[in-house]
Amino acid sequence: MSTTTRTDRPSVVLVAQSSRWGEKLIHFWLGFCALSSVIITVGIVLALFTPLPEFFSRVDFRAFFSADPWAPALATPSFGVWNIVVGTLNVTMYALIVAIPAGLGAAIYLSEFAGRRARKVLKPVLEVLEGVPTVAYGIFAFIFVTPLLRDNWPTWLPGDLGDAPGIFSSGAAGLVLGVMIIPTVASISEDAMSAVPRSLREGAYGLGSTRMQVATKVVVPAALSGIVAGFVLGVSRAIGETMVVLLAAGASPNLTLMPNESVLPMTAFIGRTATGDISVGTDVYFTIFAVGALLFTMTFLMNMISIALVRRFREQYE
Amino acid sequence: MMSTRAEKASTVARDTTRRIAMGKRKGIWKEQLFKYVLILCIVIAFVTLLALIIHSAWLGRGRLDLNLITQMPSTLNPETSGMQSALWGTVILMVGVLVTVVPLGISAAVYLEEYADTERWWNRFIELNIQNLAAVPSIVFGILGLAYVVREGFAFGPVAYAGSLTLAMLVLPTVILASREALKAVPDSIRQASYGMGATKWQTVWHQVLPVAVPGMITGTILAMSRAIGETAPLLLVGATTFVTFNPDSAFAGAYTAIPVQIYQWASRPQPEFRELAAAGVILLIVVLLIMNSAAIWLRNRYSRFDL
Repeated sequence: MSTTTRTDRPSVVLVAQSSRWGEKLIHFWLGFCALSSVIITVGIVLALFTPLPEFFSRVDFRAFFSADPWAPALATPSFGVWNIVVGTLNVTMYALIVAIPAGLGAAIYLSEFAGRRARKVLKPVLEVLEGVPTVAYGIFAFIFVTPLLRDNWPTWLPGDLGDAPGIFSSGAAGLVLGVMIIPTVASISEDAMSAVPRSLREGAYGLGSTRMQVATKVVVPAALSGIVAGFVLGVSRAIGETMVVLLAAGASPNLTLMPNESVLPMTAFIGRTATGDISVGTDVYFTIFAVGALLFTMTFLMNMISIALVRRFREQYE
Repeated sequence: MMSTRAEKASTVARDTTRRIAMGKRKGIWKEQLFKYVLILCIVIAFVTLLALIIHSAWLGRGRLDLNLITQMPSTLNPETSGMQSALWGTVILMVGVLVTVVPLGISAAVYLEEYADTERWWNRFIELNIQNLAAVPSIVFGILGLAYVVREGFAFGPVAYAGSLTLAMLVLPTVILASREALKAVPDSIRQASYGMGATKWQTVWHQVLPVAVPGMITGTILAMSRAIGETAPLLLVGATTFVTFNPDSAFAGAYTAIPVQIYQWASRPQPEFRELAAAGVILLIVVLLIMNSAAIWLRNRYSRFDL
């Protein structure tokens, strides 16, 4: 077997007679450009993690990962990062309540129900939606959605939940953020559903299934890992998004999951602190890097999970 | 015998047809409801964007005039204040991003698509790295820029090119991914023909592959630039935060600001006049983006007609 394949190959390997230095130089240069993305990642890791020893020599490690108050700029500073992590989780939670069902629904529609013409219009529009600047969504959440929520708040709700929000509301930021990441969730889930082999669908139709049954009982389970990848990437985007939470979620680091209060998500802390004048070498300056490192670690894990899920899905069907 | 079998078959068939029809009738409202719920899901995103545009246009309607682009920002006279310095800042920033990211991104894409052996672990690692980089939060790039472009490393200080370089790093994955798609679409027969004529690798890439892939690459670059124009968070960290009432001297000297940063500053002021300005700025930004995106989609449709 192996001898026959060997004889199929040419016995003489054709190579250029002179070694072409220009070609090699170009090859090297192109390789270097591709490597630049790795250099950027290394730069990010170094920028975020090299200031950490200095930071933790000033701030106790355990006090940082605690629920102490978050007040790095005060005269007697306190660094309980848990407050702003919960702020991020708060906004992310409300964003996902919107983005997961809507993104999945949009993906099912595009993949299983929309005709060719509808797809041809909707997909580019979805792409355009992804490109709307986040500062525009931020202003919308701050000047339009928050007052709207305040005026129509269900004040009959029990306890603190019945209090209408003030100038800032994590719920308003979360809702707008959720709408913002619908295209991300939808496009990845839709890719996964489109990759499900036709034969699976046709088998189900042949057994007398309706479109809804095919979509919910065949296509969605078959594309599940790809869909989850879309969700995870959506979470990663929600955690890392800055402008919406900077404008609409507020500046008070409240340890709460309520939608009607002001919170300070991690990205909002970084953005807010950077906007003011901070001098190099102060505690606050180092805090930016510590919070950034935490943020990067969280989103990095999410991205890796998402990439691994997509790969597993591709191996299954392609 | 024959007739009974045929009769039996026909009754079974009729029965099945009826059952299917009944099943359809029984479940049809559910099916319809499901479909409308799905359409609602997709409409939510569009309606929000529409509401955003209408709200901004209504709020900023009094300020959508020439003052917006010809006047400098002013805290004393918000009625006639404009964003000329931010407009210039954005133009300079974008030129900087373009000259940085296009050669780098396209070269990287050519390497990965034409040269790299994807079985090798380092090439797979580069691909994985680009995928991850595309999903790193933009503000993290701001911290990178603060540390290694503004303060140490390049140490440019808070000038426009520091912002350009930071944004270029941010959109690099977008440019690479789009350019790779464009290169993938070039049929292999063109490469084979070129090699058959005795061309070297680079001659093939430069004279045959790249010209065919250029429209796709331009589309990807426009989309990347439209992302860079609207990006605010990283710029807050690399110096575009100061209140600037003059145009930047150059890419390497003088304070600068950018349209989205200016909008953010106006929006965070409590006076209603500044909120109107911010809303007008949002409309200006969205119009610019719509033009860029339409151009990109038009290019793509125009050139994808030549099915190679």
